[in-house]
Amino acid sequence: MREEGTTAGAAAVIRVSRFSHYFGGVRTLDGLDLEVFRNEILGVIGPAGSGKSTFLCALNRLNDLVRGSRVEGRVEIEGEDIYGPGTDVIALRRKLGMVFATPVPLPRSIFENVAFGPRMAGVRDRAALVGIVRDSLEKAGLYEEVQDRLGTSGLKISGGQQQRLCLARILALKPDFILLDEPTSGLDPISTMKIEDSLRRLKKEYTIILVTNNVKQAARVADRTAFFLEGRLVEAGPTAKIFTAPEDRRTDDYLRGRFG
Amino acid sequence: MSLDPRLTQRLAKAVLWAMTVLTVAVLVFIIVFVLRKGLPVIDLGFLTKSPVDMGKGGGIFSTIVGTAALTALAVLIATPLGVGTAIFLTEYTWENTVTRVIRFGAECLAGIPSIIFGLFGFILFVTTLGFGWSILSGGLTLAFMILPTIIRTSEEAIKSVPPVFRTVSFSLGGTKWQTVTRVVLPSALPGIVTGIILSIGRSIGETAAVIFTAGSALRLPTSLFSSSRTMSVHFYILAREGISMSRAYGTAAVLIIAILLVNIATYRLMNRFIRKYS
Repeated sequence: MREEGTTAGAAAVIRVSRFSHYFGGVRTLDGLDLEVFRNEILGVIGPAGSGKSTFLCALNRLNDLVRGSRVEGRVEIEGEDIYGPGTDVIALRRKLGMVFATPVPLPRSIFENVAFGPRMAGVRDRAALVGIVRDSLEKAGLYEEVQDRLGTSGLKISGGQQQRLCLARILALKPDFILLDEPTSGLDPISTMKIEDSLRRLKKEYTIILVTNNVKQAARVADRTAFFLEGRLVEAGPTAKIFTAPEDRRTDDYLRGRFG
Repeated sequence: MSLDPRLTQRLAKAVLWAMTVLTVAVLVFIIVFVLRKGLPVIDLGFLTKSPVDMGKGGGIFSTIVGTAALTALAVLIATPLGVGTAIFLTEYTWENTVTRVIRFGAECLAGIPSIIFGLFGFILFVTTLGFGWSILSGGLTLAFMILPTIIRTSEEAIKSVPPVFRTVSFSLGGTKWQTVTRVVLPSALPGIVTGIILSIGRSIGETAAVIFTAGSALRLPTSLFSSSRTMSVHFYILAREGISMSRAYGTAAVLIIAILLVNIATYRLMNRFIRKYS
């Protein structure tokens, strides 16, 4: 029932080539070659420590914050080499919004959490902020639940709501990409379902990369799936193909739960 | 030999209890002692009139003004310097030899007796820079004295802000400065303020460093270059020279109440702030 994911011939919006990443002397990503296409959900699966999160944080250069982080190779996003000199890292991070494994609302109100990014980007007009906040919360599927208590602390809503708040917070930046790092790992099945529903709706407007520990989640929502192992990309392809006829034996083993 | 765990538990509880009670008792004893001796002297005139006849008569108004001016100056100078240093050490550099040297230096500075600061302030500010015995010299000296405390407490407070808040801020396109001012400092504020309150307490109560640098003039100070006497110096002189013990206790009582009021006011302000950021 899933449509064929790969849009043959479509131009890749993210193009990763021979990309390696190091933390000090430790190689965490090893010669990745991977493409991501517009308006798809790319699922990234693999056991713990396979480099999924490092890969995600390489795309918005969040790895830069860690001491001793170093890269080789090339990552092009919409044609721009993001590790080239003169890259505007701030603009890059606004373009690739990121949701983390544990919901991290900042200690302030729901409204201020969503307005946080736009405020830092220089939006001061109150009416504009109100519009952005409402819009973003609606897109994240949270508005109805919180509309009459936007002044409540972001810490005082449920875990599932907090995660959707974090989603709304990046939508407020009007990004082109959404990076999700195991966004539902700490959530109950219903909250998970709500997030997955949001993602299916959101891919019409955004390109989404979903790192997940839950292979079934990748099967449910990803158009294409990439399997990582020990910092290497084992294979990537349409989700249906990866799950039914993987080319690499290790992919099959992982999906059948033989390791990881 | 081993004791019954239930017995050790009960023993530990009793010992800890006794320690707490002892600590609080000593504290209460000091405060009650000073207040009982001092409160009878305090009336409106004591607070609003300047000392007469070396402090035998009149009030302590000029010393209250002197204390407030010196402390305010010290805190105004030391807070930006100290918090700035703490931000630099925690947010803007990786841990390396330089940061370790700075931190070690600050710790050594914290252990130096205040009278040494007084001597240093006397040589540098009073004589070399020619500020004379003045509020400026005293305030600068006190600022140096409280700087290590402010650096240390601010650093601890900043370090205790969950790192993930910073990651979130950066991931939302925040610059380092935006992250520091909008995420780190608001969360670290209670800790920073605690350090500042400690420092205010130390400044208000400081005698040795002040007497060398601000002098002990009883006149109402009129500018930063006026020599001035603080309440603790006034207390010291009144008691030591046997001018008036009752007035000495009166001064001490005002001192204690002032510190109490500063504490209450700051915590009130902080609570209002915390409610906004939680």
